[in-house]
Amino acid sequence: MTATTTTSRGATGSVALQGVTKVYGHGDNAVLALDGVSLDVAPGEFVCLVGASGCGKSTLLNLVAGLDRLSGGRIELGDGVNPGLMFQEPALFPWLTVDANVEVPLKLRGLPRPERRAKVAELLRTVHLADFGRKRPHQLSGGMRQRVALARTLALDTPVLLMDEPFGALDAMTRDILHDELERIWSERQLSVLFVTHNVREAARLADRIILLSSRPGRIIWSTRVDVPRPRRIDSPEIASIAAEVTDRLRTEVGRHGQ
Amino acid sequence: MASDTLAGIPRTDAEISGLDALEIAGREKGPSRLRRTWSATWPKLAALALAIGIWQAVVWTGWKDPWALPGPAVVFADLGHYLVSPALWDGLATTARRAAVGFAAAVAVGLLLGLAVARVKVLRAALGSMITALQTMPSIAWFPLAILLFQLSEQAIFFVVVLGAAPSVANGVIHGVDYVPPLLVRAGRNLGARGLGLYRYVIAPAALPAIVAGLKQGWAFAWRSLMAGELLVVIATRTSIGAQLTYARELNEAPRLMAIMIVILVVGLLVDSAFGAADKAIRRRWGVLDQAGN
Repeated sequence: MTATTTTSRGATGSVALQGVTKVYGHGDNAVLALDGVSLDVAPGEFVCLVGASGCGKSTLLNLVAGLDRLSGGRIELGDGVNPGLMFQEPALFPWLTVDANVEVPLKLRGLPRPERRAKVAELLRTVHLADFGRKRPHQLSGGMRQRVALARTLALDTPVLLMDEPFGALDAMTRDILHDELERIWSERQLSVLFVTHNVREAARLADRIILLSSRPGRIIWSTRVDVPRPRRIDSPEIASIAAEVTDRLRTEVGRHGQ
Repeated sequence: MASDTLAGIPRTDAEISGLDALEIAGREKGPSRLRRTWSATWPKLAALALAIGIWQAVVWTGWKDPWALPGPAVVFADLGHYLVSPALWDGLATTARRAAVGFAAAVAVGLLLGLAVARVKVLRAALGSMITALQTMPSIAWFPLAILLFQLSEQAIFFVVVLGAAPSVANGVIHGVDYVPPLLVRAGRNLGARGLGLYRYVIAPAALPAIVAGLKQGWAFAWRSLMAGELLVVIATRTSIGAQLTYARELNEAPRLMAIMIVILVVGLLVDSAFGAADKAIRRRWGVLDQAGN
């Protein structure tokens, strides 16, 4: 399924996109979703993609994850790297317990049972759900489910995490806590993260670098580094001022479509 | 970086477990098991009592002669004798064997057919609507053809049972596979499931509730087809339940006839409730059980 132009030559944990283009449909009905997007995520870097509706953010992550075919350009990942993908919904398997959900990628990799057990326990401790392994997803709150999904993705043991508005459906307090959690796990595991959001403050809170995408078609129009020291607070003045700047740029871009 | 976050961790830990405790509080409370069983059972018992009451009332009006329509007391007395007679258990053994073999074959055919139609576009276009059409065909209408093909034999019954039940099973599979949430498939693929792995870890379990519903419906069709078959295709050496029903009519043994009908009803209900229990267990695991526990 992986497009032939997705190659594995970059350093472990790095993601390199060159002129990535995606067209949906054919002929007169063709829609250009992404138009020549080039960006690099360095190993251990946290990059947030921000854009309004129709900027092809999710499309971009699907392409990097190998779930969709490129129409043009190339995507380079480290040797043998299979990036982990998280969605706005936890996408947990409702027929499995929390333990068994986290175990699925380990089973698929053929790990022996004792090793799987130990790994599941470790991952659930990482997301503070050590006592909830025997529960089923429906018995947990939205934030807890999303943490199970994070543990399951971490079970892939991949250096690259792709996140598609993973906290978009959560209340503000839960989201703040999960920001802290994600930041901790990201720094402990030295992950490279490509994080899509329409929440500008969230981007400023989390990112080393924010990249702004235009809508229809998606193109990179602006980017900025966030040099605020960590740990950060979403309600700090530094974060607010960066968020304000991104918001202004985003509004200008959205306004362009109103004329 | 790690040392920076360390200071914040205890605070976050307490916050996380506090929030978790608040959010899932009170989710797992409900009435006791005994109470739930009773509240599910008494309406059924009341309805049964009402039905028997109406039956008795009709008998008392003298609408039909007692030799044609016996009252509940006579029928239940006969049922008592019937339950301890070898006739019932021999007949039940024959009938149960036919039901099991026929239904198993129907499940095998239905699963394969359903999977093939769900996966292959051409087959879907060719067979999709035909399977539904087949389902609407009353199974008794197959018997003349079955008897022409196989005479009055076990095969004739088997043929109709399989034709009656397989389309329901196939439809369950098709429906189940069609409605697997695409998000779960994407998640499964991202976690490394490909080909058969995707079927084993995602598609089959996600389709299971619809497949069980198909099996349940398939069983209902199989049981009806089998009873129709046993009434029509009477094999003298094997006095199945259906054959005994035919004999009871021919010999004007109305109490026995009704006792046999009660047995047929109870067997059908027992198997149906087994499927119902399986369905409920699945829905409980999935967390899609409604408030009343149904």
